[in-house]
Amino acid sequence: MVLECKHVWDYISEFLDDSLPAETKELVQKHLANCEICSAILDSTRNILILTADDRVFELPAGYSERLHARLAREIHAANSRPEKPSEE
Amino acid sequence: MADAGSRQRDEAQLIAAILAGNRELYHRLIQPYELSVYRMALSFVKDETEAEDVAQEAFLKAFRDLGNFRGESKFSTWLIAITLNEARRRLRRQTTVRMESLDEDPESGGKVSPALLRDWREIPSEALERREIRALLQEAIEHLSPIYREVVVLRDVEELSVEETAGTLAISIAAVKVRLHRARIMLQKELAPKLKLANAKRRRWLSWY
Repeated sequence: MVLECKHVWDYISEFLDDSLPAETKELVQKHLANCEICSAILDSTRNILILTADDRVFELPAGYSERLHARLAREIHAANSRPEKPSEE
Repeated sequence: MADAGSRQRDEAQLIAAILAGNRELYHRLIQPYELSVYRMALSFVKDETEAEDVAQEAFLKAFRDLGNFRGESKFSTWLIAITLNEARRRLRRQTTVRMESLDEDPESGGKVSPALLRDWREIPSEALERREIRALLQEAIEHLSPIYREVVVLRDVEELSVEETAGTLAISIAAVKVRLHRARIMLQKELAPKLKLANAKRRRWLSWY
């Protein structure tokens, strides 16, 4: 069986996650070896996923951590000053 | 980097200590997740100030509900689910936000096709030092409708497994795979031509020196 390009595109995501059945994976690999367009689509998709997973894409705003921990400290302080309640369970 | 198993054990100990009254340890428990929670929030509310609010609310809610954390999932997954709920709650409040796409049935949608390229030159991750490249990636994720954005952020930004993504969103593994496929192709379609162009411009620029 020979796969057409548009069928190969349906498998790209699962191919990247390595979750295709072995026979399908082999058919896709065979197609990729001979098709520069599908190879470029696969490579670009893989590359984009490498970039999206990089921590630098979304950076924390300046002072975020300090503000967060200050807010948590107030909450923790309030919880500590409440009299112990009997367990709700 | 600590392996996942030992991190989970450390976290279980921290959580037990916090619940026993050593609440200050919550600062340490959440430290590794400051960025994950923030970018999860930012992918939904699109405004840095509001994303920070959502993140703070999520951390506070997790603190108050910590007694309900049963350790069946990882703490990180539980925290991400709380953040997702908080972000969705905000979105629902903003009546101006278009929400119809949340009801869209992803399985019935039209076929998505990738951008066709003949060659692809790897965009090195150093390119992320450039604001332009970071903005392109952020925008492409924002352009996805919520059902696709959710799977992409969980799976491809937060790097949860397909199973964890399904659990967090309370949808089937099959639905995650279908949405993920469509979302990734949509990202490729929007981003590949732009990244290629941004990269080519950069190379030209460098070659002048």
